[in-house]
Amino acid sequence: MSTEQEDLENLVNRRYEHGFVTDIVSESLPPGLDEGVVRAISALKKEPEFMLEWRLRAYRMWLEMQEPKWAHVHYPPIDFQDISYFSAPKSDADKPQSLDEVDPKLLETYDKLGIPLHERARLAGVAVDAVFDSVSVATTFKEKLSEAGVIFCSFSEAVINHPELVRKYLGSVVPQRDNFYAALNSAVFSDGSFVYIPKGVRCPMELSTYFRINAANTGQFERTLIIADEGSYVSYLEGCTAPMRDENQLHAAVVELVALGDAEIKYSTVQNWYPGDEEGKGGIYNFVTKRGDCRGANSKISWTQVETGSAITWKYPSCILRGDNSVGEFYSVAVTNNYQQADTGTKMIHIGRNTSSTIVSKGISAGHAQQAYRGLVRVMPQADGARNHTQCDSLLIGKECGAHTFPYMEIKNPGAKVEHEATTSKISADQLFYCRQRGISEEDAVNMIVNGFCKEVFKELPMEFAVEAQALLSVSLEGAVG
Amino acid sequence: MLEVKNLKASIGGTEILRGLSLHINAGEVHAIMGPNGSGKSTFAQVIAGHSDYEVTDGTVEFNGKDLLELEPEERAREGIFLGFQYPVEIAGVNNAYLLKAAVNAKRKHQGLDEIDAFEFLKLAREKMALLGMDPKFLNRGVNEGFSGGEKKRNEILQMAMLEPSLAILDETDSGLDIDALRAVAEGVNALRTPDRAIVLVTHYQRLLDYIEPDYVHVLSEGRIVRSGDKSLALELEEKGYDWVREAANG
Repeated sequence: MSTEQEDLENLVNRRYEHGFVTDIVSESLPPGLDEGVVRAISALKKEPEFMLEWRLRAYRMWLEMQEPKWAHVHYPPIDFQDISYFSAPKSDADKPQSLDEVDPKLLETYDKLGIPLHERARLAGVAVDAVFDSVSVATTFKEKLSEAGVIFCSFSEAVINHPELVRKYLGSVVPQRDNFYAALNSAVFSDGSFVYIPKGVRCPMELSTYFRINAANTGQFERTLIIADEGSYVSYLEGCTAPMRDENQLHAAVVELVALGDAEIKYSTVQNWYPGDEEGKGGIYNFVTKRGDCRGANSKISWTQVETGSAITWKYPSCILRGDNSVGEFYSVAVTNNYQQADTGTKMIHIGRNTSSTIVSKGISAGHAQQAYRGLVRVMPQADGARNHTQCDSLLIGKECGAHTFPYMEIKNPGAKVEHEATTSKISADQLFYCRQRGISEEDAVNMIVNGFCKEVFKELPMEFAVEAQALLSVSLEGAVG
Repeated sequence: MLEVKNLKASIGGTEILRGLSLHINAGEVHAIMGPNGSGKSTFAQVIAGHSDYEVTDGTVEFNGKDLLELEPEERAREGIFLGFQYPVEIAGVNNAYLLKAAVNAKRKHQGLDEIDAFEFLKLAREKMALLGMDPKFLNRGVNEGFSGGEKKRNEILQMAMLEPSLAILDETDSGLDIDALRAVAEGVNALRTPDRAIVLVTHYQRLLDYIEPDYVHVLSEGRIVRSGDKSLALELEEKGYDWVREAANG
């Protein structure tokens, strides 16, 4: 017992030795938003002057903007003065001290997803001292990265330690005034991830927020900035298949990717925020702005997403194909069940010559869920040789759900080649009976059909993510039939 | 093996089976013939447990178990196989994947370990060779873009892999040209064993030239009106179904 305790202490100490956990600010701000709140957030985070100025500009822009209403989603009005824009992460003393104190239903889900025991504690928000396996993994991980010259830290750390990079790239892909929620995020963002891959470096491992334990409570206004310098490569994994609970209903994140010449960024997301109960009560509003800029020639940005959570999802990971020969990709599986709503898709903006983009969107609706694919392909006059292929498929389970497709194309170059294919199919009673007659249960049959429908996207996910994503889909669609 | 007594079933309030009784032993091949609308396919669907049909009366016992109490997948795992008249297409689901899932569902039910990938592939290739099927079929979507003959052959492949104790083949001969019919019939004949019973549901006598039944039953208006040996099928071919109808009414 005592050796175990020693091990634990060693690990904890080692963690602090490497500065892996940033100081936790203990204050919280009361609900409401004004300039004073923006100043207070910046002060609490000990930010340099430029950051405060940037936030204030965003705040003033936001004041003049309107909440967007064009998405195919419905929800009661949000009172932005009723939200607390800064709350300190819970201290370990307030967290459950062991898995015994965690909701058994949540643990059951972890079990179905096949999540390893040591991860369950972390995911369920058990006091971090009790979670030691992943800490040691993270430490070795951190060492390897710094050898390669890769910067991977929380956004707050980056603002303090790498202000020149933050200053140069922040807002260069998603400007403060881009949209209502991006402006709000720019004013009040709490924390997030920062990645810089130096010239010619192939990041030695897949970067995952999973390893950034201190970012576990980045809160509702997350900000991510990834810069791949010339000739570099990085694969970034965001999120987790385990259900994430959060007391904040509104989430408005911003993700900016910059790929310079010959660089490649692969960004994979699994989003499984709390979707609300079977009647659609509670649940996260997920209003995200994600955009990548293929700034240099021959650069490539690839978005892969598996979206199963949230009550409302409003999200269009996009690529600006500025560099000649640059490539943009979007692979998406979105699942909506019960009363979930999703309006998701992508934008591909072709500016450079010989730019190409691929869009593969797979939408699955069950229960009373409503889902929309909204995509824009824009080819600018100078984008000679631009090509796009869009494949947009919907699968319906049951009679009460809906799927909608809103493809927009703005082609200003007569030589562009743009293709769009769309299908809508249903899991039919005949298919299910056929499978059952072969001894396969109805639930397994649905999973089999759904996974078959999604496999084009799953094959783009990193291996371990793909396996988890399949399990996640079956949990998300539990009880969708019958 | 199968004991059907006074079975009555309806769909959407219309009675289709009106007191059907049938006794089948292991090792036997039974042909159920009858005009369109006589209830042949309904009988097959009811035995498999299709939820569109409501059983209103009668009993069905299978190897001593009350079949009507079981879910369709449980019936399948107990050894009942239905070769569909119109096998459904399932786009995106690999044929091999469905087959393996089906084989493993049954093995699990029998308390056996899951079949490993290598063993499965070997077995599948063996059975496909027997049916004259191209192994490439394994990697295609279930029945996706298959011709009529390919779909029916695929049904027999599934039967060969699942080794049911009772196989009901619903209009397996419909839509087949003579070569495909012969290939399917050879496949079925190869699966005739002393511990397996086969029920051929068919409109025409043609199939029975290739698969010789031990018993022939004639169905009319939801009841078996005549039973006999294979000569009954020939007599039927000669005299037509009107003869049966008259016999039933008379």
